[in-house]
Amino acid sequence: MTDTPAPMSQPSPILDRHEALGAKIVEFAGWLMPIQYGGIIDEHRAVRSAAGLFDLSHMGELVIEGPDAGAALAAALITDPPALAVGRAQYAQICNEDGGIIDDLIVYRLGETRFMVVANASNARVVSDALAARIAGFQAVLDDRSLATGLVAIQGPKSGAMLQPLASVDLGAIKYYGIAEGVVAGLPALIARTGYTGEDGYEVFVDVDKTGVLWDAMLAAGRADGLVPVGLGARDTLRLEAGMPLYGNELGLDTNPYEASLGRVVKLGKPGPFVGRAALEKVSRDGVSRRLVGLMLRERGIARHGYPILVDGAPAGIVTSGTQSPTLGQAIAMAYVPTAQADPGTMVAVEIRGAPVAAEVVPLPFYKRPA
Amino acid sequence: MVPGDLRYTSDHEWVRVEGDEVVVGITQFAADQLGDVVFVELPAVGKALKAHVTFGVVESVKAVSDLFAPIGGEVVGANDALTASPELVNSDPYGAGWMLRLRPSDAAEISALLDAAAYEQVVAEG
Repeated sequence: MTDTPAPMSQPSPILDRHEALGAKIVEFAGWLMPIQYGGIIDEHRAVRSAAGLFDLSHMGELVIEGPDAGAALAAALITDPPALAVGRAQYAQICNEDGGIIDDLIVYRLGETRFMVVANASNARVVSDALAARIAGFQAVLDDRSLATGLVAIQGPKSGAMLQPLASVDLGAIKYYGIAEGVVAGLPALIARTGYTGEDGYEVFVDVDKTGVLWDAMLAAGRADGLVPVGLGARDTLRLEAGMPLYGNELGLDTNPYEASLGRVVKLGKPGPFVGRAALEKVSRDGVSRRLVGLMLRERGIARHGYPILVDGAPAGIVTSGTQSPTLGQAIAMAYVPTAQADPGTMVAVEIRGAPVAAEVVPLPFYKRPA
Repeated sequence: MVPGDLRYTSDHEWVRVEGDEVVVGITQFAADQLGDVVFVELPAVGKALKAHVTFGVVESVKAVSDLFAPIGGEVVGANDALTASPELVNSDPYGAGWMLRLRPSDAAEISALLDAAAYEQVVAEG
Protein backbone atom coordinates (compact mmCIF):
# COMPACT_ATOMS: atom_id res chain seq x y z
CA MET A 1 0.00 0.00 0.00
CA THR A 2 1.18 3.50 -0.70
CA ASP A 3 -0.11 6.77 0.63
CA THR A 4 -0.54 8.38 -2.76
CA PRO A 5 -3.81 10.31 -2.48
CA ALA A 6 -6.46 9.77 -5.11
CA PRO A 7 -6.61 12.63 -7.61
CA MET A 8 -9.19 15.22 -6.64
CA SER A 9 -12.58 14.52 -8.14
CA GLN A 10 -14.24 17.23 -10.18
CA PRO A 11 -17.56 18.17 -8.57
CA SER A 12 -20.58 18.47 -10.83
CA PRO A 13 -21.17 22.20 -11.40
CA ILE A 14 -24.55 21.74 -9.71
CA LEU A 15 -23.51 19.45 -6.85
CA ASP A 16 -25.35 21.84 -4.49
CA ARG A 17 -28.65 21.08 -6.30
CA HIS A 18 -28.10 17.35 -5.98
CA GLU A 19 -27.27 17.60 -2.30
CA ALA A 20 -30.36 19.74 -1.67
CA LEU A 21 -32.46 17.06 -3.41
CA GLY A 22 -31.06 14.41 -1.06
CA ALA A 23 -28.93 12.63 -3.65
CA LYS A 24 -26.38 9.98 -2.79
CA ILE A 25 -23.16 11.28 -4.35
CA VAL A 26 -20.47 8.98 -5.74
CA GLU A 27 -17.13 9.34 -7.48
CA PHE A 28 -17.61 8.38 -11.14
CA ALA A 29 -14.99 8.76 -13.88
CA GLY A 30 -13.19 11.43 -11.87
CA TRP A 31 -16.37 13.37 -11.08
CA LEU A 32 -18.63 13.69 -8.06
CA MET A 33 -22.07 12.87 -9.42
CA PRO A 34 -25.48 11.79 -8.07
CA ILE A 35 -26.07 8.02 -8.27
CA GLN A 36 -29.64 8.17 -6.95
CA TYR A 37 -32.06 10.56 -5.23
CA GLY A 38 -34.94 8.38 -4.03
CA GLY A 39 -34.62 4.84 -5.32
CA ILE A 40 -33.21 3.58 -8.60
CA ILE A 41 -36.37 1.63 -9.48
CA ASP A 42 -38.69 4.61 -8.90
CA GLU A 43 -36.41 6.87 -10.97
CA HIS A 44 -36.24 4.27 -13.73
CA ARG A 45 -40.03 3.93 -13.87
CA ALA A 46 -40.53 7.70 -13.90
CA VAL A 47 -38.43 7.94 -17.08
CA ARG A 48 -40.46 5.18 -18.76
CA SER A 49 -43.85 6.64 -17.75
CA ALA A 50 -43.30 10.43 -17.54
CA ALA A 51 -39.80 11.92 -17.67
CA GLY A 52 -36.52 12.18 -15.81
CA LEU A 53 -33.95 14.96 -15.50
CA PHE A 54 -30.26 14.05 -15.73
CA ASP A 55 -27.14 16.09 -14.93
CA LEU A 56 -24.62 14.98 -17.57
CA SER A 57 -22.10 17.74 -17.02
CA HIS A 58 -19.36 15.13 -16.69
CA MET A 59 -19.53 14.25 -20.38
CA GLY A 60 -16.77 15.61 -22.66
CA GLU A 61 -17.64 18.16 -25.35
CA LEU A 62 -15.05 18.67 -28.10
CA VAL A 63 -15.67 21.21 -30.84
CA ILE A 64 -13.79 20.69 -34.12
CA GLU A 65 -13.89 23.61 -36.50
CA GLY A 66 -12.26 24.61 -39.77
CA PRO A 67 -12.52 24.12 -43.52
CA ASP A 68 -11.28 20.52 -43.15
CA ALA A 69 -13.21 19.68 -39.97
CA GLY A 70 -15.33 17.01 -41.65
CA ALA A 71 -12.42 15.40 -43.46
CA ALA A 72 -10.35 15.48 -40.28
CA LEU A 73 -13.05 13.64 -38.34
CA ALA A 74 -13.50 11.12 -41.16
CA ALA A 75 -9.79 10.30 -40.83
CA ALA A 76 -10.01 10.10 -37.04
CA LEU A 77 -13.24 8.12 -36.54
CA ILE A 78 -14.78 4.96 -38.01
CA THR A 79 -17.87 6.87 -39.23
CA ASP A 80 -18.34 9.38 -42.05
CA PRO A 81 -19.11 12.77 -40.44
CA PRO A 82 -18.98 14.69 -43.78
CA ALA A 83 -22.08 12.71 -44.81
CA LEU A 84 -24.05 14.29 -41.94
CA ALA A 85 -26.40 17.12 -42.82
CA VAL A 86 -26.01 20.28 -40.75
CA GLY A 87 -28.19 19.88 -37.67
CA ARG A 88 -27.95 16.08 -37.57
CA ALA A 89 -26.03 13.66 -35.34
CA GLN A 90 -24.60 10.16 -35.56
CA TYR A 91 -23.41 7.46 -33.16
CA ALA A 92 -19.68 6.97 -33.72
CA GLN A 93 -16.58 5.32 -32.32
CA ILE A 94 -12.91 6.18 -32.24
CA CYS A 95 -10.64 3.15 -32.66
CA ASN A 96 -6.92 2.51 -32.45
CA GLU A 97 -4.80 1.04 -35.29
CA ASP A 98 -5.76 -2.49 -34.13
CA GLY A 99 -9.47 -1.71 -34.42
CA GLY A 100 -9.84 -1.63 -30.62
CA ILE A 101 -12.42 0.84 -29.33
CA ILE A 102 -10.99 3.93 -27.58
CA ASP A 103 -14.48 5.35 -26.94
CA ASP A 104 -17.96 5.61 -28.31
CA LEU A 105 -19.17 9.06 -29.22
CA ILE A 106 -21.99 11.17 -30.58
CA VAL A 107 -20.94 13.46 -33.44
CA TYR A 108 -23.15 16.50 -34.07
CA ARG A 109 -22.81 18.65 -37.19
CA LEU A 110 -23.39 22.20 -35.95
CA GLY A 111 -22.46 23.92 -39.23
CA GLU A 112 -20.74 23.33 -42.59
CA THR A 113 -17.33 23.55 -40.92
CA ARG A 114 -18.22 23.00 -37.26
CA PHE A 115 -18.77 19.71 -35.42
CA MET A 116 -19.22 18.75 -31.76
CA VAL A 117 -18.04 15.37 -30.49
CA VAL A 118 -19.44 14.18 -27.15
CA ALA A 119 -17.25 11.64 -25.35
CA ASN A 120 -17.69 9.61 -22.16
CA ALA A 121 -16.41 11.33 -19.02
CA SER A 122 -13.97 8.51 -18.32
CA ASN A 123 -12.39 8.96 -21.75
CA ALA A 124 -12.81 12.68 -22.39
CA ARG A 125 -9.12 13.48 -21.96
CA VAL A 126 -7.93 10.46 -23.97
CA VAL A 127 -10.34 11.26 -26.82
CA SER A 128 -9.41 14.94 -26.76
CA ASP A 129 -5.70 14.10 -27.00
CA ALA A 130 -6.21 11.46 -29.72
CA LEU A 131 -8.42 13.73 -31.80
CA ALA A 132 -6.00 16.65 -31.48
CA ALA A 133 -3.17 14.43 -32.72
CA ARG A 134 -5.20 12.94 -35.57
CA ILE A 135 -6.44 16.26 -36.97
CA ALA A 136 -3.02 17.91 -36.74
CA GLY A 137 -2.41 17.73 -40.51
CA PHE A 138 -5.81 19.23 -41.40
CA GLN A 139 -7.13 22.78 -41.52
CA ALA A 140 -9.14 22.26 -38.38
CA VAL A 141 -8.75 23.08 -34.70
CA LEU A 142 -10.03 21.32 -31.64
CA ASP A 143 -11.50 23.24 -28.72
CA ASP A 144 -12.01 21.06 -25.63
CA ARG A 145 -15.16 22.60 -24.11
CA SER A 146 -15.68 19.82 -21.54
CA LEU A 147 -15.19 21.94 -18.43
CA ALA A 148 -16.86 24.99 -20.00
CA THR A 149 -20.06 23.13 -20.86
CA GLY A 150 -23.00 22.10 -18.71
CA LEU A 151 -25.34 19.38 -19.98
CA VAL A 152 -28.83 18.60 -18.69
CA ALA A 153 -30.96 15.90 -20.31
CA ILE A 154 -34.69 15.39 -20.08
CA GLN A 155 -35.82 11.91 -21.15
CA GLY A 156 -39.19 10.22 -21.27
CA PRO A 157 -42.51 10.31 -23.09
CA LYS A 158 -43.46 13.69 -21.55
CA SER A 159 -40.05 15.32 -22.11
CA GLY A 160 -41.06 17.34 -25.16
CA ALA A 161 -44.22 18.71 -23.56
CA MET A 162 -42.28 19.68 -20.43
CA LEU A 163 -39.37 21.36 -22.23
CA GLN A 164 -41.32 23.17 -24.97
CA PRO A 165 -42.60 26.06 -22.79
CA LEU A 166 -38.97 26.89 -21.92
CA ALA A 167 -37.65 26.68 -25.48
CA SER A 168 -37.48 29.30 -28.23
CA VAL A 169 -37.58 26.71 -30.99
CA ASP A 170 -40.23 24.19 -32.04
CA LEU A 171 -38.90 21.01 -30.45
CA GLY A 172 -41.04 18.87 -32.71
CA ALA A 173 -39.06 20.19 -35.66
CA ILE A 174 -35.85 18.69 -34.24
CA LYS A 175 -35.66 15.16 -35.62
CA TYR A 176 -34.42 12.15 -33.65
CA TYR A 177 -30.62 12.50 -33.73
CA GLY A 178 -30.96 16.17 -34.63
CA ILE A 179 -29.62 19.31 -32.96
CA ALA A 180 -30.61 22.99 -33.07
CA GLU A 181 -29.39 26.25 -31.61
CA GLY A 182 -31.93 28.08 -29.51
CA VAL A 183 -32.74 29.66 -26.19
CA VAL A 184 -33.86 27.56 -23.22
CA ALA A 185 -34.97 29.23 -19.98
CA GLY A 186 -33.48 32.46 -21.32
CA LEU A 187 -30.08 30.85 -21.95
CA PRO A 188 -28.30 30.38 -25.29
CA ALA A 189 -28.30 26.60 -25.76
CA LEU A 190 -27.76 23.69 -28.10
CA ILE A 191 -30.79 21.39 -28.01
CA ALA A 192 -30.21 17.83 -29.21
CA ARG A 193 -32.81 15.10 -29.59
CA THR A 194 -30.52 12.37 -28.34
CA GLY A 195 -30.22 10.28 -25.19
CA TYR A 196 -29.20 7.08 -23.50
CA THR A 197 -32.44 5.71 -22.07
CA GLY A 198 -34.44 4.25 -24.95
CA GLU A 199 -36.99 7.05 -24.60
CA ASP A 200 -37.64 10.17 -26.62
CA GLY A 201 -35.84 13.10 -25.07
CA TYR A 202 -33.59 16.11 -25.31
CA GLU A 203 -30.08 17.02 -24.22
CA VAL A 204 -29.48 20.72 -23.55
CA PHE A 205 -25.94 22.12 -23.64
CA VAL A 206 -25.26 25.51 -21.99
CA ASP A 207 -22.31 27.45 -20.57
CA VAL A 208 -21.22 25.64 -17.42
CA ASP A 209 -21.95 28.58 -15.10
CA LYS A 210 -25.60 28.53 -16.26
CA THR A 211 -26.12 24.82 -15.54
CA GLY A 212 -27.91 25.51 -12.26
CA VAL A 213 -30.31 28.02 -13.80
CA LEU A 214 -31.14 25.52 -16.54
CA TRP A 215 -31.56 22.62 -14.10
CA ASP A 216 -33.86 24.63 -11.81
CA ALA A 217 -36.03 25.84 -14.69
CA MET A 218 -36.39 22.38 -16.26
CA LEU A 219 -37.16 20.68 -12.95
CA ALA A 220 -39.78 23.34 -12.11
CA ALA A 221 -41.33 23.05 -15.58
CA GLY A 222 -41.99 19.32 -15.27
CA ARG A 223 -42.35 18.64 -11.56
CA ALA A 224 -46.17 18.82 -11.52
CA ASP A 225 -46.38 16.32 -14.39
CA GLY A 226 -44.11 13.74 -12.82
CA LEU A 227 -40.59 14.85 -13.76
CA VAL A 228 -38.04 13.53 -11.25
CA PRO A 229 -34.27 13.93 -11.03
CA VAL A 230 -32.52 10.71 -12.07
CA GLY A 231 -29.04 9.59 -11.07
CA LEU A 232 -26.38 7.44 -12.70
CA GLY A 233 -27.85 4.26 -11.18
CA ALA A 234 -31.08 4.42 -13.17
CA ARG A 235 -29.22 5.81 -16.18
CA ASP A 236 -27.38 2.47 -16.23
CA THR A 237 -30.51 0.28 -15.93
CA LEU A 238 -32.32 2.39 -18.55
CA ARG A 239 -29.51 2.10 -21.11
CA LEU A 240 -29.17 -1.62 -20.43
CA GLU A 241 -32.87 -2.25 -21.11
CA ALA A 242 -32.44 -0.21 -24.30
CA GLY A 243 -29.54 -2.47 -25.34
CA MET A 244 -27.09 0.43 -25.45
CA PRO A 245 -23.42 -0.40 -24.79
CA LEU A 246 -21.40 1.21 -21.99
CA TYR A 247 -17.71 1.90 -22.40
CA GLY A 248 -15.75 -0.17 -19.88
CA ASN A 249 -18.46 -2.85 -19.85
CA GLU A 250 -19.41 -3.77 -23.43
CA LEU A 251 -16.74 -1.68 -25.17
CA GLY A 252 -13.00 -1.33 -24.67
CA LEU A 253 -9.61 -1.47 -26.34
CA ASP A 254 -9.86 -5.28 -26.40
CA THR A 255 -13.13 -5.23 -28.36
CA ASN A 256 -13.82 -4.12 -31.91
CA PRO A 257 -17.08 -2.75 -33.36
CA TYR A 258 -17.92 -6.00 -35.15
CA GLU A 259 -17.64 -8.06 -31.96
CA ALA A 260 -19.85 -5.47 -30.28
CA SER A 261 -22.52 -6.17 -32.94
CA LEU A 262 -22.02 -2.60 -34.18
CA GLY A 263 -20.43 -3.39 -37.55
CA ARG A 264 -23.01 -1.14 -39.22
CA VAL A 265 -21.29 1.84 -37.55
CA VAL A 266 -18.02 1.18 -39.45
CA LYS A 267 -18.09 3.03 -42.78
CA LEU A 268 -15.52 1.07 -44.78
CA GLY A 269 -17.00 2.57 -47.95
CA LYS A 270 -15.94 6.11 -47.10
CA PRO A 271 -13.03 7.53 -49.10
CA GLY A 272 -9.55 7.80 -47.68
CA PRO A 273 -7.64 6.28 -44.81
CA PHE A 274 -8.81 6.34 -41.20
CA VAL A 275 -7.23 5.05 -38.03
CA GLY A 276 -8.02 1.35 -37.72
CA ARG A 277 -9.13 0.83 -41.34
CA ALA A 278 -6.75 -2.03 -42.18
CA ALA A 279 -7.54 -3.94 -38.99
CA LEU A 280 -11.31 -3.41 -39.33
CA GLU A 281 -11.28 -4.43 -43.01
CA LYS A 282 -9.62 -7.68 -41.98
CA VAL A 283 -12.21 -8.31 -39.23
CA SER A 284 -14.99 -7.52 -41.70
CA ARG A 285 -13.53 -10.07 -44.14
CA ASP A 286 -12.62 -12.82 -41.68
CA GLY A 287 -15.57 -12.52 -39.31
CA VAL A 288 -15.50 -12.58 -35.52
CA SER A 289 -15.16 -15.44 -33.05
CA ARG A 290 -17.34 -13.83 -30.36
CA ARG A 291 -20.27 -11.44 -30.36
CA LEU A 292 -22.13 -9.22 -27.95
CA VAL A 293 -25.65 -10.54 -27.32
CA GLY A 294 -28.61 -10.01 -25.04
CA LEU A 295 -29.44 -12.65 -22.44
CA MET A 296 -32.53 -13.36 -20.39
CA LEU A 297 -32.02 -15.64 -17.40
CA ARG A 298 -34.39 -18.58 -17.42
CA GLU A 299 -33.63 -19.69 -13.86
CA ARG A 300 -33.46 -17.76 -10.59
CA GLY A 301 -30.49 -15.41 -10.36
CA ILE A 302 -29.01 -12.16 -11.62
CA ALA A 303 -26.03 -12.15 -13.99
CA ARG A 304 -23.49 -9.43 -13.23
CA HIS A 305 -20.53 -7.77 -14.94
CA GLY A 306 -17.63 -10.23 -15.07
CA TYR A 307 -19.55 -13.47 -14.46
CA PRO A 308 -18.41 -16.30 -16.79
CA ILE A 309 -20.57 -17.66 -19.61
CA LEU A 310 -20.49 -21.46 -19.78
CA VAL A 311 -21.02 -23.51 -22.92
CA ASP A 312 -21.18 -27.28 -22.32
CA GLY A 313 -19.95 -26.58 -18.80
CA ALA A 314 -16.74 -24.79 -19.85
CA PRO A 315 -15.99 -21.04 -19.68
CA ALA A 316 -16.63 -19.58 -23.14
CA GLY A 317 -17.55 -15.94 -22.64
CA ILE A 318 -18.26 -13.18 -20.16
CA VAL A 319 -21.15 -11.09 -18.90
CA THR A 320 -20.52 -7.39 -19.54
CA SER A 321 -23.59 -5.89 -17.80
CA GLY A 322 -26.52 -7.38 -15.95
CA THR A 323 -29.34 -6.43 -13.63
CA GLN A 324 -32.92 -7.13 -12.72
CA SER A 325 -34.89 -5.19 -15.36
CA PRO A 326 -37.30 -2.84 -13.58
CA THR A 327 -39.57 -2.70 -16.66
CA LEU A 328 -39.64 -6.42 -17.45
CA GLY A 329 -39.34 -7.78 -13.89
CA GLN A 330 -36.79 -10.21 -15.31
CA ALA A 331 -33.02 -10.62 -15.03
CA ILE A 332 -31.33 -9.33 -18.20
CA ALA A 333 -27.71 -9.13 -19.28
CA MET A 334 -25.40 -8.38 -22.14
CA ALA A 335 -22.54 -10.78 -22.74
CA TYR A 336 -19.85 -11.82 -25.18
CA VAL A 337 -20.49 -15.37 -26.38
CA PRO A 338 -18.87 -17.54 -29.08
CA THR A 339 -20.33 -16.76 -32.53
CA ALA A 340 -21.81 -20.27 -32.66
CA GLN A 341 -23.91 -19.41 -29.59
CA ALA A 342 -24.91 -15.89 -30.69
CA ASP A 343 -28.22 -16.60 -32.43
CA PRO A 344 -31.43 -15.75 -30.54
CA GLY A 345 -32.98 -18.81 -28.96
CA THR A 346 -29.63 -20.40 -28.10
CA MET A 347 -29.35 -21.58 -24.49
CA VAL A 348 -26.14 -20.91 -22.55
CA ALA A 349 -25.35 -20.81 -18.83
CA VAL A 350 -24.12 -18.00 -16.61
CA GLU A 351 -21.91 -19.07 -13.73
CA ILE A 352 -23.33 -17.41 -10.62
CA ARG A 353 -21.47 -18.11 -7.36
CA GLY A 354 -20.07 -21.33 -8.77
CA ALA A 355 -23.33 -22.73 -10.14
CA PRO A 356 -24.61 -22.70 -13.75
CA VAL A 357 -27.84 -20.75 -14.32
CA ALA A 358 -29.68 -21.16 -17.63
CA ALA A 359 -29.91 -18.12 -19.91
CA GLU A 360 -31.37 -17.64 -23.37
CA VAL A 361 -29.85 -15.46 -26.10
CA VAL A 362 -32.46 -12.86 -27.08
CA PRO A 363 -32.53 -10.02 -29.63
CA LEU A 364 -31.55 -6.54 -28.43
CA PRO A 365 -32.97 -4.21 -27.26
CA PHE A 366 -34.79 -5.70 -24.27
CA TYR A 367 -37.09 -2.69 -24.21
CA LYS A 368 -38.45 -0.65 -27.12
CA ARG A 369 -40.61 2.36 -26.40
CA PRO A 370 -44.20 2.18 -27.61
CA ALA A 371 -44.51 3.76 -31.07
CA MET B 1 -33.00 4.61 15.98
CA VAL B 2 -32.78 0.82 15.94
CA PRO B 3 -35.23 -1.46 17.79
CA GLY B 4 -34.13 -1.85 21.39
CA ASP B 5 -35.28 -5.47 21.81
CA LEU B 6 -32.99 -6.96 19.15
CA ARG B 7 -29.34 -7.98 19.09
CA TYR B 8 -27.01 -6.99 16.25
CA THR B 9 -23.77 -7.75 14.41
CA SER B 10 -21.27 -5.29 12.99
CA ASP B 11 -22.22 -6.80 9.57
CA HIS B 12 -25.63 -5.11 10.03
CA GLU B 13 -27.70 -8.18 10.79
CA TRP B 14 -30.26 -8.38 13.58
CA VAL B 15 -31.35 -11.28 15.78
CA ARG B 16 -34.65 -11.60 17.65
CA VAL B 17 -34.95 -14.34 20.30
CA GLU B 18 -38.30 -16.13 20.17
CA GLY B 19 -38.42 -19.02 22.66
CA ASP B 20 -35.65 -21.45 21.79
CA GLU B 21 -35.35 -20.13 18.24
CA VAL B 22 -34.07 -16.86 16.75
CA VAL B 23 -35.21 -14.81 13.75
CA VAL B 24 -32.53 -13.15 11.59
CA GLY B 25 -32.65 -10.25 9.14
CA ILE B 26 -30.66 -7.21 8.02
CA THR B 27 -31.00 -3.78 9.57
CA GLN B 28 -32.71 -0.72 8.11
CA PHE B 29 -29.26 0.86 7.77
CA ALA B 30 -28.06 -2.08 5.67
CA ALA B 31 -31.21 -2.03 3.54
CA ASP B 32 -30.86 1.71 2.94
CA GLN B 33 -27.22 1.32 1.98
CA LEU B 34 -28.07 -1.44 -0.51
CA GLY B 35 -30.90 0.48 -2.14
CA ASP B 36 -33.76 -1.31 -3.90
CA VAL B 37 -33.41 -5.02 -3.10
CA VAL B 38 -34.34 -7.16 -6.11
CA PHE B 39 -33.11 -10.65 -5.17
CA VAL B 40 -32.56 -12.67 -2.00
CA GLU B 41 -31.02 -16.13 -1.89
CA LEU B 42 -31.48 -18.06 1.36
CA PRO B 43 -30.40 -21.54 2.53
CA ALA B 44 -32.69 -24.57 2.66
CA VAL B 45 -34.40 -25.60 5.87
CA GLY B 46 -32.26 -28.16 7.69
CA LYS B 47 -28.93 -26.63 6.77
CA ALA B 48 -26.45 -26.25 9.62
CA LEU B 49 -24.77 -22.83 9.79
CA LYS B 50 -21.67 -21.81 11.67
CA ALA B 51 -21.39 -18.29 13.07
CA HIS B 52 -19.88 -15.71 10.65
CA VAL B 53 -20.08 -17.92 7.53
CA THR B 54 -21.94 -16.77 4.42
CA PHE B 55 -25.50 -18.11 4.42
CA GLY B 56 -26.91 -16.31 1.38
CA VAL B 57 -26.86 -13.18 -0.73
CA VAL B 58 -28.95 -10.06 -1.08
CA GLU B 59 -28.80 -8.17 -4.36
CA SER B 60 -29.87 -4.62 -5.10
CA VAL B 61 -30.17 -3.12 -8.57
CA LYS B 62 -26.49 -2.21 -8.42
CA ALA B 63 -24.73 -4.60 -6.06
CA VAL B 64 -24.39 -8.11 -4.64
CA SER B 65 -23.80 -8.50 -0.89
CA ASP B 66 -23.13 -11.62 1.16
CA LEU B 67 -25.21 -12.43 4.21
CA PHE B 68 -23.33 -13.70 7.27
CA ALA B 69 -24.76 -15.97 9.96
CA PRO B 70 -24.81 -13.93 13.19
CA ILE B 71 -24.70 -17.13 15.26
CA GLY B 72 -24.41 -20.86 14.56
CA GLY B 73 -27.46 -23.08 14.32
CA GLU B 74 -29.81 -25.13 12.20
CA VAL B 75 -32.07 -23.40 9.69
CA VAL B 76 -35.66 -24.15 10.71
CA GLY B 77 -37.31 -21.56 8.46
CA ALA B 78 -36.56 -19.20 5.57
CA ASN B 79 -38.76 -16.31 4.41
CA ASP B 80 -40.14 -17.58 1.09
CA ALA B 81 -42.06 -14.33 0.61
CA LEU B 82 -38.76 -12.65 -0.32
CA THR B 83 -38.59 -14.70 -3.54
CA ALA B 84 -41.58 -12.87 -5.00
CA SER B 85 -41.28 -9.67 -2.93
CA PRO B 86 -37.63 -8.91 -2.17
CA GLU B 87 -38.59 -5.25 -1.64
CA LEU B 88 -39.93 -6.25 1.80
CA VAL B 89 -36.29 -6.06 2.94
CA ASN B 90 -36.42 -2.30 2.25
CA SER B 91 -39.95 -1.58 3.39
CA ASP B 92 -40.06 -3.68 6.58
CA PRO B 93 -36.58 -5.01 7.44
CA TYR B 94 -37.44 -5.88 11.07
CA GLY B 95 -40.84 -7.42 10.22
CA ALA B 96 -42.04 -8.92 6.94
CA GLY B 97 -38.50 -8.62 5.54
CA TRP B 98 -37.07 -11.19 7.97
CA MET B 99 -34.81 -13.82 6.40
CA LEU B 100 -34.08 -16.86 8.56
CA ARG B 101 -35.34 -18.74 11.59
CA LEU B 102 -32.54 -20.62 13.38
CA ARG B 103 -32.30 -23.08 16.25
CA PRO B 104 -29.09 -21.88 17.93
CA SER B 105 -26.33 -24.42 18.50
CA ASP B 106 -24.80 -22.37 21.32
CA ALA B 107 -26.94 -19.88 23.24
CA ALA B 108 -23.78 -18.16 24.48
CA GLU B 109 -23.25 -16.78 20.97
CA ILE B 110 -26.44 -14.72 21.35
CA SER B 111 -25.26 -12.94 24.45
CA ALA B 112 -22.01 -12.06 22.65
CA LEU B 113 -23.93 -10.03 20.02
CA LEU B 114 -24.19 -6.24 20.14
CA ASP B 115 -27.06 -4.57 21.93
CA ALA B 116 -28.94 -1.69 20.31
CA ALA B 117 -26.74 1.00 21.81
CA ALA B 118 -23.53 -0.71 20.70
CA TYR B 119 -24.93 -1.23 17.20
CA GLU B 120 -25.95 2.42 16.92
CA GLN B 121 -22.35 3.24 17.75
CA VAL B 122 -21.19 1.00 14.87
CA VAL B 123 -23.52 2.80 12.46
CA ALA B 124 -22.47 6.23 13.74
CA GLU B 125 -18.80 5.39 13.21
CA GLY B 126 -19.55 4.27 9.66
